[in-house]
Amino acid sequence: MEKKKLTVSELKNIRQEFQEHLTVRAGVARARVIIHMGTCGIAAGAREILNAALKALEESQSKDVIVTTSSCAGLCSSEPMATVEIQHEPPVKYINLTEEKIRKIFKEHVLGGKIVKEYALATGSETTA
Amino acid sequence: MQIDKAKINEIILKHGKNKEDVIAMLLDYQSKFRYIPRDVIYTISKEVGVPVVKLLGVATFYRGFSLIPVGKCPISVCMGTACYVLGAPRLLEAFSRELNIDPGKTTKDGNFSLHTINCPGCCGLAPVITVGDEVIGKVTLAKVPRLIEKYHKLIEKGEWKKEE
Amino acid sequence: MAYRANVLICGGTGCVSGGSFAVKKALETEIEKRGLKNEIMVIATGCQGFCGEGPIVIVQPDGVLYCKVNVNDVPQLVEEHLLKGRPYKKKLYTSPVEKAPIPALKEIPFFAKQRLVVLRNRGLIDPEKIEDYIAVDGFAALAKCLTEMTPESIINEIKKSGLRGRGGGGFPTGIKWESCRKAAIHRNVEPVVICNADEGDPGAFMDRSTIECDPCAIIEGMTIGARAIGAKQGFVYIRQEYPLARERLAKALEQARSYGLLGDNILGTDFSFDIKIVQGAGAFVCGESTALMASLEGKVGEPRAKYIHTVEYGYENRPSCLNNVETWANVPPIILRGAEWFTSMGTGDVSENPWGGSKGTKVFSLAGNVNNTGLIEVPMGITLREIIFDIGGGIAKGKKFKAVQTGGPSGGFLPESCIDLPVDFDSLLEAGTMMGSGGMVVADEDTCMVDSAKFFVSFLMEESCGKCTPCREGLRSMYNILDAITKGKGKEEDIETLQEIGEVMMDCCLCALGSSAPNPVISTIRYFKDEYLEHIRNKKCPGKVCKAMIIYKINSELCNGCHACTKVCPSDAIIGKQKELHRIDVQKCIKCGACIDVCPQEAIYKE
Repeated sequence: MEKKKLTVSELKNIRQEFQEHLTVRAGVARARVIIHMGTCGIAAGAREILNAALKALEESQSKDVIVTTSSCAGLCSSEPMATVEIQHEPPVKYINLTEEKIRKIFKEHVLGGKIVKEYALATGSETTA
Repeated sequence: MQIDKAKINEIILKHGKNKEDVIAMLLDYQSKFRYIPRDVIYTISKEVGVPVVKLLGVATFYRGFSLIPVGKCPISVCMGTACYVLGAPRLLEAFSRELNIDPGKTTKDGNFSLHTINCPGCCGLAPVITVGDEVIGKVTLAKVPRLIEKYHKLIEKGEWKKEE
Repeated sequence: MAYRANVLICGGTGCVSGGSFAVKKALETEIEKRGLKNEIMVIATGCQGFCGEGPIVIVQPDGVLYCKVNVNDVPQLVEEHLLKGRPYKKKLYTSPVEKAPIPALKEIPFFAKQRLVVLRNRGLIDPEKIEDYIAVDGFAALAKCLTEMTPESIINEIKKSGLRGRGGGGFPTGIKWESCRKAAIHRNVEPVVICNADEGDPGAFMDRSTIECDPCAIIEGMTIGARAIGAKQGFVYIRQEYPLARERLAKALEQARSYGLLGDNILGTDFSFDIKIVQGAGAFVCGESTALMASLEGKVGEPRAKYIHTVEYGYENRPSCLNNVETWANVPPIILRGAEWFTSMGTGDVSENPWGGSKGTKVFSLAGNVNNTGLIEVPMGITLREIIFDIGGGIAKGKKFKAVQTGGPSGGFLPESCIDLPVDFDSLLEAGTMMGSGGMVVADEDTCMVDSAKFFVSFLMEESCGKCTPCREGLRSMYNILDAITKGKGKEEDIETLQEIGEVMMDCCLCALGSSAPNPVISTIRYFKDEYLEHIRNKKCPGKVCKAMIIYKINSELCNGCHACTKVCPSDAIIGKQKELHRIDVQKCIKCGACIDVCPQEAIYKE
């Protein structure tokens, strides 16, 4: 698909427009579920986790939740991993997931707002320099 | 064995008969037909204008090419450092024993071939094997017979994806 | 002088784009105005990980957190909290649900010691959507280069940053770019830029992960490099074994082209550049620059002697600038945030000379016998101990640390005595190993150093292209000697012979594959000579790895006769009835170790 060739000022507009998509904010989404899918994550079963999350999303019929993918989160020994971001709250990283676990996380944390302690590793983001 | 003339011509044209892209052409053919027959070398040589001896040099230099057919289900044991310290050599022996073939060889029924691979980069899950394009981590010796059985069944049922 | 309070303002990407630097300035002005300058310090911090509510301000020691602070809030915030000592309610953070009873990421050592520059977007953006990359300041550095900077000033900034090649050699990137530009102008030939993504080192997966998590960063870095050097054409040479990385990079290239970020007249300027992906075909030696360029030309990947540098005569005899994936990914943040920011991390002093230190961060793949395996990015100068025991969480299964291997097959092993060594280009080289591309494999007490050296030598023997004799024959001779030692047929003079072969190879080999190939052998002899002698004199393998020197036994006190081992034994070597003591028939045992893995009683051991 051919898009408009950008100029420097148009690049800035796109930046502002899409910054909104990267944060959970009113009007865009209330919650974001990020499944970490690098080669190692996929080998550990991340694709099944993604499918289970998408299915849970479909069944819940929520309109304000985004299920998306991103890359490896670095901690390969605890793959598959996912991050759940709820509006106004720091993100929570979940580790060693199974399809059953992600279904429970979806129900209790994403829809119910309560962190599933036993599967969670930690809250917050990594330190960028 | 007859080669797929239409396919090789399609591949050659896709790369614009470009001399620099002979490696890419061979890779395309290899991934589709699991080996490079002699006639493919001749065809590429004629169409692209690279001497046969140079092409044979390329096809034998890179380990990504095989001049004999590999198994329908190629199993590769990672021999990267992380897998090595976590027991990859014993894993390779186990596969070799269970399949009754040496590494680099194909089973008589053409179903399996056994290879080593230099690290697909999943060291966090070591020891790792690859079956076709699939990467399988945390493989133990006890799992080896079960894995072979699983893929054997898939091939028998015709559900293995590499089956053309 | 001690301060009464610290005001921390988040300087992470999210908060900076929300205006946190302006808030910091306003805070400083306000604090000075109120005469609190000597009592209160304002500090900009790294990302607080709360980007959705930024800019974030934290007042310590009170531990009060304010969200979405803007410049207009500052006077009241200072008056209420810092002067009157009560919280400024308007921007006070209130949690909508009960406070999470789980730790913060920063309290977990695996994450706490990492600093992300190259991997800054990992886990945050969707690598298959270029808009996500643009949203986190992607291509802003390119825009800056095209509108505000000359090629010379770009090169100058990279030189000042002290960035050194992350592929292992550590050559200063800015100097490489400068020589390539000069060669192109002098010869009047169009140069090319190349990204080396042929990450062949076993045990290393930094480049795969970097491409998989942020492919656009490499595209932007290469485009900036091309602008600086004057190239119109770029290549990414990527390994066959990385299908996902290749796919994501191909998607990113296509999206960049559709937005006009590659192709003719990039961002509406007169600068044109495009990148082609070339797939390797499985040859380790193609990670070497001259071999890689031969392979790009569709030839057998054999290195050539480098008395003529590739920056002058490389791909198709054109001036060629080859950098590794991680090096390219470092370029955009350096341009965007300045060389000074980059030199604030790392060791040494590069103000006079880019060789003077190691600046910035380094990505390592941590693997082997550690609890936390994975991909980490740490500031240069961190110690091996911090990496292995804090980030890596120590040795798995409560075993003892024996050695750490850095630099892939060309690197060496370091023992416990080196564990407080700072990790930078020069310290590692001095200790007999090298930075390499960043593979770090930890070995525990059950590892045999002679066997490990043999492993690397056999790997390199397979991968040697065979063009020059010292490499081809030297490796074969070393392998034969090491193999004899592991089989109990070693002689004492073997150690000296190995060292001698090593010296010849270091001096005479054509390329770095050969000249660095003896490193694993030389470094194990240097630090673990006792282990060699134990094999040679007493025919014992301390790590209990070498098959010729061990036998498997069953501890009669622990075995409960559960039959788990008899089921997996491929050679029917385990004898014993159910619920009775089992015994291993030494004649039949092939020493595969399957029984040890399955024994629930841990009754089987090696001797």
